[in-house]
This record gives sequence, C-alpha cells and structure tokens, in this order.
Amino acid sequence: MKSILDIEHISKLFLISHQGLPYLSLRERLTGLFRGREKQEPFWALQDVSFSVTPGESLGIIGKNGAGKSTLLKILSRITPPTSGRIVSRGRIASLLEVGTGFHQELTGRENIFMNGSILGMRRSEITASFDQIVDFSGVENFLDTPIKHYSSGMQLRLAFAVAAHLEPEILIVDEVLAVGDAEFQKKCLKKMEDVAGQGRTILFVSHNMDAVTALCKKGVFLKQGQVEGYGDIHEIVRSYHDETHHNSMTLEKGSVRSVEIQQQGETLVLTVSYQHDAVIDYPNLGFSIRDMFGHPLAGTNPMKSQVNMYPYKPSREGRIEVTISSPKFMEGTYQLYVWFGDSRRNFFETKDPILFQVTKMSPEQGRNAKFDGYIIPECQWNFF
Amino acid sequence: MDAMENSRTMKNLEDVLVIEPPRKFSLNLTEVWQYRELFYFFTWRDVKVKYKQTALGVIWVVMQPLLMVLIFTLFFGRALNIKTDPLPYPLFVFSGLLLWNFFSSSIITAGNSMLNNAPIIKKIYFPRIIIPTSSLLVSFIDLAIAFVVFVAMLVYYAVDVELLSILLFWPLGLLITLVGALGIGSLLSALTVKYRDFRYVVPFGLQLALFVSPVIYPTTVTGHAWIGYCLAINPMYAAITLFRAGLMHMTFDLPLLYISTVSTVIFLVLGLYYFRRTEAYFADIA
Repeated sequence: MKSILDIEHISKLFLISHQGLPYLSLRERLTGLFRGREKQEPFWALQDVSFSVTPGESLGIIGKNGAGKSTLLKILSRITPPTSGRIVSRGRIASLLEVGTGFHQELTGRENIFMNGSILGMRRSEITASFDQIVDFSGVENFLDTPIKHYSSGMQLRLAFAVAAHLEPEILIVDEVLAVGDAEFQKKCLKKMEDVAGQGRTILFVSHNMDAVTALCKKGVFLKQGQVEGYGDIHEIVRSYHDETHHNSMTLEKGSVRSVEIQQQGETLVLTVSYQHDAVIDYPNLGFSIRDMFGHPLAGTNPMKSQVNMYPYKPSREGRIEVTISSPKFMEGTYQLYVWFGDSRRNFFETKDPILFQVTKMSPEQGRNAKFDGYIIPECQWNFF
Repeated sequence: MDAMENSRTMKNLEDVLVIEPPRKFSLNLTEVWQYRELFYFFTWRDVKVKYKQTALGVIWVVMQPLLMVLIFTLFFGRALNIKTDPLPYPLFVFSGLLLWNFFSSSIITAGNSMLNNAPIIKKIYFPRIIIPTSSLLVSFIDLAIAFVVFVAMLVYYAVDVELLSILLFWPLGLLITLVGALGIGSLLSALTVKYRDFRYVVPFGLQLALFVSPVIYPTTVTGHAWIGYCLAINPMYAAITLFRAGLMHMTFDLPLLYISTVSTVIFLVLGLYYFRRTEAYFADIA
C-alpha cells in the first residue's frame, strides 16, 4: 500500500547559546562585535529520523520528555523547518495541539469560531457550512454573542475543541490534548479520535499515556534522544519503552537528590529518598505524587502541607527520608511516582519522568474494577440498622 | 524502504506536500494567495478588537489628526508664519499628517505584530507575511476615515483643486506610502523578533523622522544640497510631495523625487527579502 506520509532522514539542529535567550538586544550584538562571537553549543533534537505511515493507520509516537516528539510534530505541522531530510505528505495535516489558537478574549464566541477556523486552514465557506454543528458540539449556543473573556475555561476549551474537531484532515496529529480538560472532555477527545480512525483517516498520536496509545494505535515509533529506537507493533514498542523507564527506584550521580525508591511492604508503600545538598537544609521538604497511568494525580503531599513536626531533625547537608504511606490503599496495577525535593523556600529537584511501580494485593477486597470503583480503595466503617 | 521509492514516483501528484529545509529564495505568492482569507480575518480581528477596547472608537480616529492639525497650526503656522500658499496652512499640515500618521502607526504595529502574534506563530503554519501586512490594513482604515474628514475640510476652505492632477497624484502618493510602510514594516517586524530593543527604538526614530519629512513645513529648509539628498531617502518625501501636488502649484525637485521613490522600492525589496529569509525560524526564537 502506498504510504500517505514519508519521513525521510529528518534531522533538526538547535544552537543553544549559553546566554539563555535565543534573541538578543541590538546593544548586546553591537558590543559582541568587539568581544568576538559567543560560543553556541549544537544540539541535535532529531537525528536521521525515518519512517512512513500508510493511509488509515494510527501511529503512536512515544518517548521520554526531550526525546524529540514535539520537535517532530512541529516539523510535521511546518512551524519550524528541518535542518536536513524531507517529509512527503499526501494529505492535509491538521493537529489538535492547535486547540484554541488565535482565540481572542475580546471577541465573541461566534467571531472566534470564524477566526480560529480560518487560522486552522478552513475556508470561510467551510466554516459557514459546519457552523451549526460546531456550535452544537460545543454546547455554548446561549453565549455565542458574548465575548469569550466571560466564558469559563471549560467553555473556552469546548468551543476550541469543537472547531478543531470539524477540520477534516487526512492526517490528524494529536499531542497529549488528553492531558488537559476534565474527564468529560477527554472522553470526547478519545471518541472523536476513534471516529476519525474509523473513517479511515490517519492519526499520529503522541502521548505519555501508554494505555491510551495501545488502545488507539496498532503501530508505534519509539524516540530516544532524537533517534528512532524502535518501530513496529505497538505492544512491542510500549514494552521496550517500559524497559527504558525506571522501575521502583532511580539513582542519580549529581544534584541534591541521589536516590528515590518506592516499595510495597504488606499493606503500606514505603518511599525512601536520600539527598546530598551543597548547603545546609533547614527543612527537608519532600513532595510526592502518586498517579495513575493516565497521569492523573491520585494521592500526594509534603511535610509542609501535612504540617509535620521534624523533631529531632538537625539541619544538615545530607540525609535520608523515609515515608510510610499506610493510607490510601491502591488497587492492583501499575502507578507512576513523581517526587519533588527542596527546603522551606525553594525546590531543588523534581523528577522529569515518572518512576513506575506495581501494587499487588494491598487490600483483601475482591472484584474491584478501576473503571467503576476507582484506583483508591476506601476504608469504611459499615453500620447496618 | 519501498516507501521512499513511492514518494519519487508520486511526486507529480497534485496534493503532495513536501517539507524540506529552506533552500532557494522565493516570494511564494501563490501560497500567499491560497491563504488570502487570512488577510481578511487578521485585519477584521484587529479592527474589531481595536474599536471594542476604545470607548471613543471612531471619534478618536477623527479627533487625533484634527487635534494635531490644530496644535501645529497654532505653533508653526501662526508663530513661525510658514508660507504655504495657495494652500491654507491647516490643510497643508493635514495633508501631510494624513499620510504620515498612517505610515508611522502601521510601522509601529507591523513592527510589533510578529511578537504580538507569537502564540499563533508557534503553533500554526501560514505565510507569515500576512501578519505585518494585515496590521498595515488595520491602519489603512484609520486613514480612510481621516481622509473623509480631509476632503470635508477641502470643501469647507473652498480650496481650488485641479481635479485631474488629484486623480493622478493622490493614488500615487498613497501607493508610495503603502509600499514604503510595507517594506519598512516587514523589515522591522523580522528584526524585532531577533532584536527586542527595536520595540523602543522605532517609536523614537519615527518621532525624529516626522521633523525631517515635509509634513509640518514645505520643502526642506537646508543650507546644503547634500542634506536635501540625504533627507530624500525617506519614502515619505515623495509620498507627501506627490500627494500635495494637486493642491498647490509647485515645481517638483525631480532628482529628490527620484531618490525618494527608488529608496522606497529598495526598502520594499530589502524588507520582503529579509522577512522571507528569516521567517522559517521565527517559531524557534519568538
């Protein structure tokens, strides 16, 4: 079958200047003339990336933060050009990372539908033709002539998604829109994507949510440090991605946090973090967040929020913190752990990629189903009269 | 990979889009034409927002040049007693300000336009030149409103106009103003993305330029000829001089007009060239 999208040896080079900002002031440029050129460090965000997509295929693109997923999408949507290589596309590309682009707070809902639709590449006649459907889908018909600055953020999001959903591209790029919005909205997104896939159109789906990727896509590309690490059946790709991620523990050579570990011990979870900082820490503030595989936070806190009394802790530069989490209890399954570390004022460290851990038989409960009962097992006192 | 062979055989298909590193320079006007509706939508958005946010709206557009005409008439026309026969001084100033206000406001808004629209530029592709051009069109609407007031004043003062030369020289003056504003505006909008301090330099530069343009007083009052030549690099020299040509009997200083016209065209070429050369990377640095 002929491919609809060919990505051929795409590379993208960024020059990172150590000044921090990519733009300059003219004054700096002029003074720079006398000091010689500032050193710029090359950084290859993508290196020789090639793969192709057949029509009607749903392809998942996965990889850690900074692996080059967003850069690839930006090149695909022509926002930034590749440094070398080329992409041949045989259909209109639209992306759901554009949700709400060009919305102006002073304009009314009606005006924004036209503005946004036209920026997304719809003709005025196309917008007029699907205007009623868009309004219907968004559910804001009563506020059409109100400036959207008076809308709730949920309404704005719904309106934006309604416009984007009525683009009819051959190739749809979806970049973790599922991470924003409420459950209702996420369901809508997933439904729309299934519809699109059902109509035989092509989807490129970028996400950290492995469950959603496996549910939607048959094939996958695994990017690692700007290169294609794996390409093929989605289950294999997800497996190799999981092999790359941290399980239960993480050790670091540099920085203030040296190791993070989480283990299930009976009916509790035990989180252990050791740290080494270059200054004395008055109040070692360790925050954690346990999330489901969709990235939704389930439970988290830090000693400051919990108003923990640290006696007999004596301020020092290094130490170890042990947190025993006896409640809540979690259902069987895989969870993500994110950790922050700092003192009473600032954060020194945060995990960029989650640490994955398994929970088995934490509670004697039976027949639970995460879809209905949730991941957290409530502890209840039952009284029957 | 067989996919790569496919792409070569299908290259002549019509709806094939090829994304490549930018190589050769081209204005790519066919693409700009494909996106022509965006000109309308960007302009329409900015006009709407502009008038929604100001309580006075259109009144302000009319008042602003009228107040300036009043001030200049009091201070320059009366106090310095500048001779502008046969055109009454208020009309002389107004005719200059009409074009000048458009020129300066469109350069300022075009210059900032890329930064103001950075969120869109970072997310969606379209020919970027639409952005500075549409901010020009927004200022043009102010010009149109002020123009009506200007014509009303011509009638009120019962100025003796040569209809034929007005029909020739007014469009010509407007055209040079538009071309100059587009060239300088697109150049500055591209430069501002890279060098942020242009935002502060440009309004200051324009204030200076007002006094070396023939807005407030007639031909350049200078001792040396070469100063006149230097000042004629300003596109507004030709624009304003030609615009007034139908209103007052004057002899053209042809070399100065040529310099100014040629410089306008050079600004246009330079502006569009620099803009096209750098636009691909706006999203990386904006």
